[in-house]
Amino acid sequence: MPDINTSEAAFEPRIIGFCCKFCAYAAADLAGSMRISYPASVKIIQVPCTGRIDMIHILKPIEDGADGVMIAGCLEGECHFLQGNLKARSRVEAVRRILAQIGMEPDRVAMFNLSSAMGPKFAEITAQMTDRIRQLGPSPVGEAGKKSRNAA
Amino acid sequence: MIIASKKPIEEIIQEITPYSRILILGCNECVTVCEAGGKKEVEVLASALRIFCLSKDIEKTIGEHTLERQCDHEYLEEIRNIVDDYDAIVSLACGVGVQFAAEKYLTMPLIPGVNTVCLGANEDRGLWTERCQACGSCVLARTGGICPVSRCAKRVLNGPCGGSTNGKCEISKDTDCAWQLIIDRLKALDKMEEYETVAPVKDWSTDRAGGPRTVTREDVKI
Repeated sequence: MPDINTSEAAFEPRIIGFCCKFCAYAAADLAGSMRISYPASVKIIQVPCTGRIDMIHILKPIEDGADGVMIAGCLEGECHFLQGNLKARSRVEAVRRILAQIGMEPDRVAMFNLSSAMGPKFAEITAQMTDRIRQLGPSPVGEAGKKSRNAA
Repeated sequence: MIIASKKPIEEIIQEITPYSRILILGCNECVTVCEAGGKKEVEVLASALRIFCLSKDIEKTIGEHTLERQCDHEYLEEIRNIVDDYDAIVSLACGVGVQFAAEKYLTMPLIPGVNTVCLGANEDRGLWTERCQACGSCVLARTGGICPVSRCAKRVLNGPCGGSTNGKCEISKDTDCAWQLIIDRLKALDKMEEYETVAPVKDWSTDRAGGPRTVTREDVKI
């Protein structure tokens, strides 16, 4: 019987989603109010602005075994703090470059932009991120990744 | 301040291969300001190295510590109690800090985590540019406060040369001609007569030509 954590079909990614209070977090709320379901794989952390997120905040979950990290901020040009989401995007790009340098898939980290009125879009991006991570497979850092490596 | 840039992580990974307990040592001074080797960069590099090791099943201990300065004995003493827990130090200080740490901890391998680039200024967010080459005998008083030694590719002292076009240097269209900047500034200061004065031959013995340099101050010695 295949190990539940290493079986591709059963692989349920663990994704950390940093969501801006003013847009993505509110959009997640709206998705809930609209009875739109979104993948349980995304664990949401509310932030006052995506500009609050530093590179280390993205790297730490990966170090702790998360399969992916998504950052969801306001639409470009609509940040409550003017440029927070633009700063977040450049930090996301920097982390993606680091991942490439250490031999990990940069796509495990992604930035999304949406407004608080986009409940369905929130469900869409979380599903998109979950699919992407499912295709990439478990992080080589996490337990599931280690087991699949040892099995190979 | 001293400007440094981060080394590629691949290079650091290569250098730390023989060691299993590594201390990433940051510096709170210049390299913090130029965002190459402060506490934040220590955290990021340490985390990236841990992710690398975990993902490749490599057993390594990566520690983190940031000193107020790595170019001062008293601050380097701070790690004396923890240094024996490690096999090597990756120092994110400038070349001065790396060497000073190496001198202090004689048997500890020191690996530089940054490339020391120049003495410069923070011209814009994310942009640091050279302003001084520490030539040891400053000429700024008669060049309108703009340094021909560090900012002119040829270091000419009675410029500009024939390669100056539309205020730019022949080495790159993005590089200002230092002598154009000097002339513009002397005009603004209404001191163009200083431009007409031929600069004497510079004493380059105070530059690197004289070998490693020292400054001794008897009045501040203990």
